[in-house]
Amino acid sequence: MGINLLKRIGLSIFVLFGLSILIFIISRVVPGDPARLALGPRAPEWAVQKLRQEMHLDKPLYTQYVLWLDGLVHGDLGRSLVTRRSVTTDIKEFLPATLEIVILSAIVLVFGGIFLGIISAKFTNSWLDGLIRVISYLGIVSPAFVWAIIFVLIFGYNIPIFPTMGRLSPGVVPPPMITGMYTVDSLITGNFGTFVDAFKHLVLPAIALAMGGMAQAARITRSSMLDNMGKDYIAAEKAYGIPEGLIFVKYLLKPSLIPTVSVASLDIAALFGNAFLVELIFNYPGFSRYGISAMLNKDLNAIAGVIMVLGVIFVTINIIIDFIVAYLDPRIGLAGR
Amino acid sequence: MTTREASDYSVVNRYVENAKKAWYKFSRNKMSVVGLVVIVLIILSAVFARIVAPYPKHAGAFVNYAEANLPPGWHHLLGTDVFGRDILSRIIFAFRGALIMGVGVLVMVVPIGTVIGLIAGYMKGSLIETILMRITDIFLALPPLILALAVCAVMRPTLFNSMMAVCISWWPWYARLVYGMASSLRNEVYVRAAELIGESRFHIIFREILPNCLAPIFTKMMLDMGWVILTGASLSFVGLGEQPPTPALGTMVSDGAKYLPDYWWISIFPAIAIMIIVLAFNLLGDGVKDMLSTEE
Repeated sequence: MGINLLKRIGLSIFVLFGLSILIFIISRVVPGDPARLALGPRAPEWAVQKLRQEMHLDKPLYTQYVLWLDGLVHGDLGRSLVTRRSVTTDIKEFLPATLEIVILSAIVLVFGGIFLGIISAKFTNSWLDGLIRVISYLGIVSPAFVWAIIFVLIFGYNIPIFPTMGRLSPGVVPPPMITGMYTVDSLITGNFGTFVDAFKHLVLPAIALAMGGMAQAARITRSSMLDNMGKDYIAAEKAYGIPEGLIFVKYLLKPSLIPTVSVASLDIAALFGNAFLVELIFNYPGFSRYGISAMLNKDLNAIAGVIMVLGVIFVTINIIIDFIVAYLDPRIGLAGR
Repeated sequence: MTTREASDYSVVNRYVENAKKAWYKFSRNKMSVVGLVVIVLIILSAVFARIVAPYPKHAGAFVNYAEANLPPGWHHLLGTDVFGRDILSRIIFAFRGALIMGVGVLVMVVPIGTVIGLIAGYMKGSLIETILMRITDIFLALPPLILALAVCAVMRPTLFNSMMAVCISWWPWYARLVYGMASSLRNEVYVRAAELIGESRFHIIFREILPNCLAPIFTKMMLDMGWVILTGASLSFVGLGEQPPTPALGTMVSDGAKYLPDYWWISIFPAIAIMIIVLAFNLLGDGVKDMLSTEE
């Protein structure tokens, strides 16, 4: 296990290194001069020259890359051309907000999906199973932003139980910055009222984001449980008189979750992508909205920073999931993956 | 695998037989047929948009404030937007961009991914395999939507550029799928036999291995059509795709979202259109999967 872990991490570092090259290339193929782009067409030539020097655009491409990578390793991603602040500072401010949504969403996705899948498999071909299957199909084919709009419409206006805008209600003071996640920070400082308010703001975006993956997880759990139910070993265990409940949890559920977990890893990682769209609808000041505004304004340093951070998160999630899968299924080694 | 001695008649007969069998497998699931019908209707309406759409002029920069924000009714089945343009007409025209996106991306992505996967899979253990698959890994280190967004962001927002962006994030998935198949097929007896009689690598890769990979590739293509269209809609949703006044499904949803809940029809109907097109391609893809599977 130890050697495999090292191998896996080594490969991931290589992939991230490659990703840094890819991102650098993407952020430098922009048609036109990035410095001119940043300052606008009416800026004087000397100012453009100065910024060009500041951004090292006057040096050869490989020097630019080495300088950029050096900054990246030291946590310096350059200056955002829109907010005029260090990209690292911006990311520190906006990332926790998105992490809050994505973590809650991942919890809903995994547990909701597995729960629905179990119900569906347990009551196969009942009306409940049919309902869950129809909802799953709709869940898979509708993009997260469509769910977000539907939720805003239903819960924002018809049954207004959840807020649909921002991170906190107007008038609520944000908790002191510790982790940057309002729910966690307000709990640490013992401010329960703020926690409830912040949490309520997370519910709709998180569920909208989770719908697709949850539906996928439910379908896969259902079908792999049905597959395993017909296997000989289950029949043998029944013949031995092992209690139904024990068979269900230990011998049926555990192996059935392997495909679910593998697919869920991709879905959880995709949450970051879809968060880009969902945050726009809920007017939620998070990382993704920061990323989008950077993209629309061709803020190259910010784009590169945002994408790189997402790459690191994505690769890390994949490593974690590989280990969970290896735990669930001892037959799968990590070496061959 | 037709026998050379067989007469033309029996060859034709065999094709008819095969087609019948394929249709039987495909149509066993009624939902696949529904998907097929919906897709055919969407394609026809997109191709003949000028004839089918009730107000073809509304697909461009048309303004009529007297009829702005009308709810769904007899004159405008799905209502009108803030500029007074018929939403149904705009959806029908937006299907064009969506279909071009789906077909265009797959036409570019599938050959590239397949060739890379085939070469890497057949040359397993060589330096070439390592290089090709590690490059693939790097592209897989980001969710497709994010990579596409990043690429789109640095280019001018046009339909073609957003197609290129989706291509860049989509080919690795085909490379990996084909790589997996090719690396196991290379151990098959017929590949070993071809190697023994001294066939060229080109022959082995493209004539021996490739034909056995086609069914899964084709199935994935059908299932992917919906996802590619969805990714395209997501790009245009944030404003990085086809630019107004040309209608795009994603743009229509995001523009309309500003007018929720009062003018809900502006964003909800394009959203439903996205759902329908993705759902239909999914159903069709499931049917194709049934059709091409060897299990009876």
